[in-house]
Amino acid sequence: MKAVTGNRLDDGVVVYLGDDDRWTSDLSAAARFEDGDAKDVLAAAQKRVKEIADAYLIEVDDSGAPAGRETLRETIRKSGPTVRLDLGYQAEA
Amino acid sequence: MYRYDEFDATMVAERVAQFRGQVQRRLSGELTEDQFKPLRLMNGLYLQLHAYMLRVAIPYGTLSSKQMRRLGEVARKYDKGYGHFTTRQNIQYNWPALVDVPDLLDDLADVEMHAIQTSGNCIRNVTSDQYAGASAEEIEDPRPYCEMIRQWSTFHPEFSFLPRKFKIAVTAAPHDRAAVKVHDIGLILYKNEEGETGFEVIVGGGLGRTPYVGHTIRKFLPKKHLLSYLEAILRVYNLEGRRDNMYKARIKILVNSEGAEKFAEAVEAEWAQIKDSGIDLPREEMARIDAYFAPPVFEKLSDESAVLEEKKASDKNFARWLRLNTFAHKAPGYAIVNISLKPIGGVPGDISDVQMEAVADIAEEYSLDEIRATHEQNLVLPHVKKDDLYAVYAALKAVDLATANIGMVSDIIACPGLDYCSLANARSIPIAQRISERFADLGLQEDVGELKIKISGCINACGHHHVGHIGILGVDKKGEEFYQVTLGGSGAEDASIGEIAGRGLSSDQVVDAVEKLVGVYRERRQGKERFLDTYRRLGAEPFKEALYEAA
Repeated sequence: MKAVTGNRLDDGVVVYLGDDDRWTSDLSAAARFEDGDAKDVLAAAQKRVKEIADAYLIEVDDSGAPAGRETLRETIRKSGPTVRLDLGYQAEA
Repeated sequence: MYRYDEFDATMVAERVAQFRGQVQRRLSGELTEDQFKPLRLMNGLYLQLHAYMLRVAIPYGTLSSKQMRRLGEVARKYDKGYGHFTTRQNIQYNWPALVDVPDLLDDLADVEMHAIQTSGNCIRNVTSDQYAGASAEEIEDPRPYCEMIRQWSTFHPEFSFLPRKFKIAVTAAPHDRAAVKVHDIGLILYKNEEGETGFEVIVGGGLGRTPYVGHTIRKFLPKKHLLSYLEAILRVYNLEGRRDNMYKARIKILVNSEGAEKFAEAVEAEWAQIKDSGIDLPREEMARIDAYFAPPVFEKLSDESAVLEEKKASDKNFARWLRLNTFAHKAPGYAIVNISLKPIGGVPGDISDVQMEAVADIAEEYSLDEIRATHEQNLVLPHVKKDDLYAVYAALKAVDLATANIGMVSDIIACPGLDYCSLANARSIPIAQRISERFADLGLQEDVGELKIKISGCINACGHHHVGHIGILGVDKKGEEFYQVTLGGSGAEDASIGEIAGRGLSSDQVVDAVEKLVGVYRERRQGKERFLDTYRRLGAEPFKEALYEAA
């Protein structure tokens, strides 16, 4: 499964495309797409240039957690620096 | 210190105003990210994993108290209360919002700071010896030449779109603290046999995926010809450097594929054409810049300090800090103080807003208002009276900045790695933290002596791993972090590129590996040998054996 992620344009924080087509900071609330559909969704997301700096696809498992080759990188993006647990989304949890 | 003239002030103000307009157009959607990216990069603004990152220039690593205080304020006002000193004597903020960056840059411009030449394929911010103007061993202060290079290179129309980024480092001391041999151009100011001072010009050094120690293409360049000669080098590179392959675009590839001799010939031929065309600064202009760096007025003091001796005898920790973190000053009764940004278990180079403000206050009171940033991610107070050393130590200790470990095993260079950087393949900081914790005992560290560990989270080598006595490179193996160890590198006057020790190690194994390497050294060292000396004498074998025995 895939999800769409990017960095929000005005402040750069990590966001994911949600089921309601709005950006969310919560990966578990992100919309999940079959690999075949994901490309079109990404292309549409990339057109939203006023909202995000860039957008790309990540692999997620059935529970919405990062998966595949970039698991560590996307886990760090989703949570925050592993050396500063007081920063990033992990600090709010 | 250099002070802006009206041209500098206008240039920086206009650049901020221009960028403010560009940010507005990006936010309104008038510019796409593809259009905006090169513009933001020209202003030091990157996009990293969690947020934007702004890299602020500290030309040749020199800062005033006022500037340091402002860096602290900026960290609090626009970021999350800290900054990160880099291996290029710059500071990075990890969390600024795009919408705030123009205001942030205005705040920096107020204290003669900016983010120009901290990114993009231009001549980057010039770096130098952090002890410049303070050390007894230098020929003269190298910073006037750095400033000349800065003025010549900033917005140089011909060199704003080079094949790739371009880094120049300058030193004027026999002991190289600026890693000049692993820069695109390294300059060593020295006195020749005739008693004239001039530059040895070294070209084509660099780290990254293709590491090289630079080649000397001119043994002696009279000082007055510095800019025309640099211009000749840049012209040859700009014309001949590869633009078809980003990984082969640095000048080191050109120099090493053509051969240094052939490259030098091309430079000399170009130089012959432009040498007398008015690129070099007139004598009066050189004198004007020199005047900014006139040495501060040092008090006439005895080199012995009774206060210092008494404190040294009564406070063992202070005595150790004195041994490891201070360095001989050229003026009697003064010392150079190193501030370690490597507390045991800390993040190399990180400093809080409160600590920055404390350093600013201490420098104002005790170091003639001057601070330096080092390429090893530490700070320096260049001019401290020996009588004041204990007070400085106590003030630093009060804000957790008195770790006595300069040049020791825990004084580790580490890039931000996968904790922050979008290019990284593996984390660097946690490895540095665990090595530092393993060797937490400062007495043990002092016994081990000088040992430079440098860690990069990817092959771009921002953590200088190739020139670590022990280098550690993070790689990604099918989604798992692995670390490749290199041995015997040096970024100093005895520069060399480290050799790969063997297969990669897991993050658990790599800390043990460092301990094993240190074990071999302690067992086999002779006399006052450093780790690097023992390694060079014995060769790699005993170290490799220890690393991979029964593993």
